[in-house]
Amino acid sequence: MPARVFSSLFERLGALIIARISGFGRFAVFSLYAASFIPADLLSRRAWGRLLQQSLQIGTRSVPVVMITGMFVGMVLAVQAYRQFESAGLGDRLGVIVNLTVISELGPVLAGVMLAGRVGGALTAEIGTMNITEQLIALRSMGTDPIRFLVTPRFLACLVLTPLLTCYANLLGSFGAWLITVKVYGQDSGPYWEYTRQFVELWDLNSGLFKSMFFGGSIGLISCYRGFHCRRGAEGVGEACTGAFVASFIVILVLDFFLNIVMNGVYELRYGFKPII
Amino acid sequence: MSSGTASSLSFETRLDAARQPAGGSDGPPIVELRDVHKSFGTQPVLGGINLRIARGRTTVIIGRSGTGKSVLLQHIVGLIRPDRGEVFIEGRRISHLPERELVEIRREISFVFQLNALFDSMTVAQNVAFPMVESGRARHMSAARLRELVRTRLELVGMAGFEHKRPAELSGGEKKRVALARAIAVEPPPKVILYDEPTAGLDPQRSDVINRLVRRLQDEFHVTSVVVTHDMRSAAAVGDRILMLWNGRFIADGSLLELASVKDEHVRRFLEGRAEPSDIIEKPI
Repeated sequence: MPARVFSSLFERLGALIIARISGFGRFAVFSLYAASFIPADLLSRRAWGRLLQQSLQIGTRSVPVVMITGMFVGMVLAVQAYRQFESAGLGDRLGVIVNLTVISELGPVLAGVMLAGRVGGALTAEIGTMNITEQLIALRSMGTDPIRFLVTPRFLACLVLTPLLTCYANLLGSFGAWLITVKVYGQDSGPYWEYTRQFVELWDLNSGLFKSMFFGGSIGLISCYRGFHCRRGAEGVGEACTGAFVASFIVILVLDFFLNIVMNGVYELRYGFKPII
Repeated sequence: MSSGTASSLSFETRLDAARQPAGGSDGPPIVELRDVHKSFGTQPVLGGINLRIARGRTTVIIGRSGTGKSVLLQHIVGLIRPDRGEVFIEGRRISHLPERELVEIRREISFVFQLNALFDSMTVAQNVAFPMVESGRARHMSAARLRELVRTRLELVGMAGFEHKRPAELSGGEKKRVALARAIAVEPPPKVILYDEPTAGLDPQRSDVINRLVRRLQDEFHVTSVVVTHDMRSAAAVGDRILMLWNGRFIADGSLLELASVKDEHVRRFLEGRAEPSDIIEKPI
């Protein structure tokens, strides 16, 4: 009897693993297929029109939400850390920690999460609705590749614009932290920026922007894929939107972890260990 | 009685002709399906369909909801591939062609979808111009000529002046008419137009408008039309030939008059709008 229970358990586990792996395989094929049109689309006027339209939706309209997120992240970090730093006599070094955290970690990650919610949800809902109202199949029937027409410009816009949006988050995060530290807690602005200049390197900024490119690309692909494969009905679209956000969120965190390991390794290999405190 | 026998014979002859993979009285068929089988999972949908569609005629496929009529229609344009069997367009086998090679074939066939499939993010004019613009054919014409093409097609379906509206602002009948305009807004005109439930969800008067439009497009552009419907009034109004799909196979083929004389119980029940005994729920509420 226990042998049968174990056998059934293993069978179900095996089926689940196979389903997950084949699902990932389908997603990988979908992603590569969408990306394969990028070179040709960069030379096509019509494709540029689609890209600019998506840039407006994905990029321009996300600026306020990303700026607000960045600003509050910077302010909260300053509020949380100031007393500790001040009691250790390191109040003027607060800018180093806050700015480093914002530009290399929290700026890209939180901008990515905000975009996963705002842009990813909208992409999945739009494509999912097109899917259940026969618009995707209509595109195919007219000889238009729906992946090239819908996914490639959205993927490209997410890939290119997420680093730019992260810049806004970083800028406002930095400003928010300065506002609290200098204007509220009364630290001197000079040492605040001087220490920041000394310890926060271009590498930190670039590594954050580099990571955000991966986050953006993942959000675009995951959201479109979920839209293409959503179940029928309003419930199906809703489920796909939630699934896209959760998957994007997890992928952002997992990617962040692995990219950090890789980039820290590369940094230490090139420049050696950098002590901050 | 004798006329009934004559009709019945004629019906049998035509059903046989539909089942034959070659030959027929209407010359080479523009669309041909040979022994097409299709299942979804364990659910068989088409069980060996043989169909020859004559050029320039309107063929109507009737049958209950969920019998695979739309699936059959999608086979014709390569949106679904058969598990077994072959699909030919003008003698060219398309059922094995890769997606990229189907593009040229699809551009000669227009499809009017049951849910209209108008693109929400575009205006009516952009929707109608879409097949020309996306296929690159609009590159060879001026913007004014394209606008004129859109205007004339919208005028033909009685939707002139709606160019700048969005699909969300239109009623069901208006959306359907825009979908019809899009189907014919290509130059050269399509060789085949496929209609998936063109009158579904419309009131009888709006349905009549659409039926008349289907006939009018047929007369105007001399296209071959394949209409899938469960609306017998619509089938009678537009069809030169009517086939009935039942359990994945055709069980009737003929004109409306010929169908009316068919003795098959399923056909009779469908034509008269009577439920199948197995579908009747008699459990007390």
